[in-house]
Amino acid sequence: MKKEIRFWNGSIAVSEGAIVAGCRFFAGYPITPASDIAEYMALRLPQEDGIFIQMEDEIASIAALLGASWGGAKVMTSTSGPGFSLMQENVGLAAVTETPLVIAEVQRAGPSTGMPTLVGQGDVMQSRWGSHGDYETIVISPSSPQESFDLVIRAFNLAELYRVPVIFLMDECIAHMSERVVIPPKEEIEVVERIKPNVSPEKYMPFQPVNDIAPMATAGMGYRVHVTGLTHNEKGYPMTTSPEVQEWMVRHICDKIRKNEHKIRDIEEYRMEDAEIAIVAFGIVGRSAKAAVKMARRHRIKAGLIRLKTIWPFPESYFESMADSIKKFIVAEINYGQIKLEVERAVHGKASVELLPKFGGAVHQPMEIYQKIKEVKNGN
Amino acid sequence: MEIEARANPMDKYLRADRIPHIWCSGCGLGIVLNAFLHAIEELNIDLDKLAVVSGIGCTGRIAGYINTDSYHTTHGRAIPFATGLKLANPEMKVVVISGDGDLFAIGGNHFIHAARRNIDITVIGVNNYNYGMTGGQLGPTTPLGARTTTSPYGNIEHPFNLCHVAHAAGAVYVARWTVLHAIRLKNSIKEALNKRGFSFIEVIAACPTTYGRRNKMPDALDEMRFYREHSVIKHGIDPSQANIEIGKEIVVGKFVDIEKPTFNEAVEELKKKVKKK
Amino acid sequence: MTYWVEEEEKKVHGKVYIIKDRCKQCGFCIEFCPQGVLQQSEEFNAKGYHPPKLVETDEKKCVGCGFCQMICPDFAIFVEKEEENEERD
Repeated sequence: MKKEIRFWNGSIAVSEGAIVAGCRFFAGYPITPASDIAEYMALRLPQEDGIFIQMEDEIASIAALLGASWGGAKVMTSTSGPGFSLMQENVGLAAVTETPLVIAEVQRAGPSTGMPTLVGQGDVMQSRWGSHGDYETIVISPSSPQESFDLVIRAFNLAELYRVPVIFLMDECIAHMSERVVIPPKEEIEVVERIKPNVSPEKYMPFQPVNDIAPMATAGMGYRVHVTGLTHNEKGYPMTTSPEVQEWMVRHICDKIRKNEHKIRDIEEYRMEDAEIAIVAFGIVGRSAKAAVKMARRHRIKAGLIRLKTIWPFPESYFESMADSIKKFIVAEINYGQIKLEVERAVHGKASVELLPKFGGAVHQPMEIYQKIKEVKNGN
Repeated sequence: MEIEARANPMDKYLRADRIPHIWCSGCGLGIVLNAFLHAIEELNIDLDKLAVVSGIGCTGRIAGYINTDSYHTTHGRAIPFATGLKLANPEMKVVVISGDGDLFAIGGNHFIHAARRNIDITVIGVNNYNYGMTGGQLGPTTPLGARTTTSPYGNIEHPFNLCHVAHAAGAVYVARWTVLHAIRLKNSIKEALNKRGFSFIEVIAACPTTYGRRNKMPDALDEMRFYREHSVIKHGIDPSQANIEIGKEIVVGKFVDIEKPTFNEAVEELKKKVKKK
Repeated sequence: MTYWVEEEEKKVHGKVYIIKDRCKQCGFCIEFCPQGVLQQSEEFNAKGYHPPKLVETDEKKCVGCGFCQMICPDFAIFVEKEEENEERD
């Protein structure tokens, strides 16, 4: 098979990518600016023997995802900030029951109803800490329709591999911009399937990890699994008064991600080989930042770009070692300082970290970022 | 004749290592569970192809005791979870068993929409007139005037008539029983399990610990006697005529039994129509 | 003197099994047994409840209807039916 070339917006690219990854169940609720994904999935999934259902709200959408995932399907929903807020309780249920699912979150400017049609990157912390208690998610941020296609396939693969909710954190303008998307030949696309148990039901422990991950027995396989959001032991039974079981369970659902952070990590470095100042950005801002780095280089300023394609788990050790050579970081993001705090934490005081915020509704212009580079260069 | 200790034949349907269950003495939930298991046995349902989903609360714990694929979800969300499960895996028989607060307060929206869509699941809603697990607060079915911990002067809200709600929202099968009607309840569950589409059974159950003792019915036995003396079977009655009021008769029976295409069937038809050749 | 051949009639009895340590003494089985076969015992189970016991005087009174089993919330009682030949006077 040959590669194909399409002219797609990010919403179509993420939908087609999901289908290639094996997504056959989508439940969602209309919300600007994410509705395009639901609309496109309503069109495409029945053609692919999949199921689309528009639920009564976002809470129902993610609950249906959990049910369908335990029914054996690969599943996705799409939403934006307000809907994502409503989903949070069940993000926690997915984390603690180790249920693979993908949430395509097309960010708009918040808080609250905010600016429904315009860009924002204020949901970075929510995608990590939105539900109560200790847990981990994987969060991926694409910066083009091409990456929407490529990385959503990775999002499904990671969800299935680690049995974890993956948040595909898009920007409004990525979802709506149309660009060339190259679809590789099918045989070149890696698609991961979830690990199933290979022991008899009598011997099967549904939440006992084997090499970090417990094989997953979904409904109808004959394993008769009990799944609960209560603190549970490796058998899946509630153990609501045992601090030991609580510790074992929380460590497991966090450590399976933390331990594998270096495998999950996906970072684009641009002109970092001799850089003295590093811009840290993700999503749409990565594009302005790249242009700003080019400007700076034309003016012989040694600037570089660190673009996070995976935001969570945060690549802490990466930044810590970067801070050995880079002494000045500028974090450009469309919020009032979220990833900036993480970078600051990770560099352990070895470098200065400055925030270049945008408050939503507009993307950084390359010139603004270049100005900031100059400012930092001149030693403010 | 002598009494001996031997395993209960129903234990094969239970996660027997988790019995005794957490429910109080006289709680009706054990009877609902028992009736459900007898229905499963009599219908000879393959336990590997049965999934039980519940929400949160005392009733929410039912899923954890049944030896089948069972899912104890978040508060109110059992029905959308079951919807996803049934659609993704139509071979499964999917049953939701949950309480009045879970299904009709926090989860009320999901109930009416699943009924409207005619999702092919059975919902058993246990109505004990209050939130038992959290200490006996007012719920959506607490009768007018009843005392609960959040209506200490008597309930001033009008309660839902659950069967009327189910009927109005489009359920194809609607019945109500008390736990004293254990055999009729079991038969009704059998009918509901065999029904295509969204079937609903309301079960009136005693909650002596947090509801009964605040409402002059501290002993579950008294409540059971009340059911015996004040329940009236009226099959086929318009469910709007079956409100529940303190001290009045409880109308029970099978109220609705109709046919309607299910959501699953519609999806399959749609898929056939648009499938890429 | 009879003019017809009498078939052997079978009368059904029930054998009651009680799992004492599961009982929570709700009293439903005692109250709602149609034959009045059960009564509360004096003994305590592991949880401190008094499980039921059979009324001693009437061994064959239980007809095996199984209603006690249906309304026991605790899976603590069940009945097995036994058939036996009835002797006629």
